[in-house]
Amino acid sequence: MTTGTLTSTEYIRHHLQNLTCGLHEGSVRCAHSVEEVKELGFWAINVDTLGVSFVLGLLFLFLFRSVAKKVTSGVPGGTQNFVEWIVEFIDGSVRGSFTGRNALVAPLALTIFVWIFLMNLMDLVPIDYIPFVTQLMGISYFKLVPTTDPNATIGMAIGVFFLVIFYSIKIKGIGGFIGELTLQPFGKFGLPVNFFLESVNLIAKPVSLALRLFGNMYAGEMIFILIALLPFYLQWTLSLPWAIFHILIVTLQAFIFMTLTIVYLDMAHQEHH
Amino acid sequence: MNINATLLGQTIMFVLFVWFCMRFIWPPIVGALDARKKQIADGLAAAERGKHDLELAAKRSAEVLREAKEKAAEIIAQGEKLKIETLDQAKASAREEAERIMMAARTEAAQEMSRARETLRDQVADLAVAGASKILRREVDAKTHADLLDALKQQL
Repeated sequence: MTTGTLTSTEYIRHHLQNLTCGLHEGSVRCAHSVEEVKELGFWAINVDTLGVSFVLGLLFLFLFRSVAKKVTSGVPGGTQNFVEWIVEFIDGSVRGSFTGRNALVAPLALTIFVWIFLMNLMDLVPIDYIPFVTQLMGISYFKLVPTTDPNATIGMAIGVFFLVIFYSIKIKGIGGFIGELTLQPFGKFGLPVNFFLESVNLIAKPVSLALRLFGNMYAGEMIFILIALLPFYLQWTLSLPWAIFHILIVTLQAFIFMTLTIVYLDMAHQEHH
Repeated sequence: MNINATLLGQTIMFVLFVWFCMRFIWPPIVGALDARKKQIADGLAAAERGKHDLELAAKRSAEVLREAKEKAAEIIAQGEKLKIETLDQAKASAREEAERIMMAARTEAAQEMSRARETLRDQVADLAVAGASKILRREVDAKTHADLLDALKQQL
């Protein structure tokens, strides 16, 4: 708890609000309440979400690029060993669930896994540290974990969704893709029913990807916030076990997002599913 | 929880990160891994080949050794044979030489003997003539009685 004057509700609400900035009446403005966020409308940006995920993405790219630049097939050094371990793990997962041939899928899976893992990992930073620091810098709201913002998870799921549609059309042709949407499972006479079922099937993919990740991380974050409402000398009794358990969730959710992406792309590459 | 342009930004960032990873990170690392895999496979194959070569070489060396031993035995046997042959030849030629020398000696001895006989015969004839002339108390003219004397010599 940062200040004594906050009520529990205010504390929780404060921790759940992003740093949303956008153009309002001709000038850039950052929202200070839920109402102000609504005023900013769709063309606003959650600076904290984009900023943190950008920094973490760069961290991932920098680490892996520095290894890739001086990679050797001889005896690997410590960092290279670590990177190779991850790459081989991803490669194994892709080989296990992706049957087609596509040079994009493995790097895509690697990016998704490491990036989401790093974003999820921010959940383990004690929840008051960063908002406290930013408050000293004059920024009133700052959510450190990008994956607790549905914008981030939906954004990535949309990326995957476009890839699924792109490869469906690329492999089966536009006719094949439309045929898959309309001609099964009940043949051409059940066309409206088919279209409804298959559309739900198709839309469910990005929605499930985005909401699963968001839901898990949001719930985890929420529990950390609730634990933080306890007196400080009791917090560790709950936050420590939850943090340890959360390490599992952090990794698992990154892995699930990656695996489902691979599976969806695999389905996009197959003639019938 | 508000949906706003953040999700577009996140999508763009996602695409860029994936593109960068696919272009600059994945290929070199996987390339190195594949290269190492190949190196290991090559190393194992080379070791296998080396082992095989060693086996072959051992087999060949044993064969060469065996051949050499055989050849040596053959050479020794040949030498032995040659020695015996040479010895025999030497013996034979020695024997021949000895025979030849003996023959020559024998011939010479025979010649010597006949010469001695001749001399003896002459001396006996002379003696006989001398005896006869002494008995006849007259000079026997050797020239006059040469044919007589020769006939006498022949009878001796």
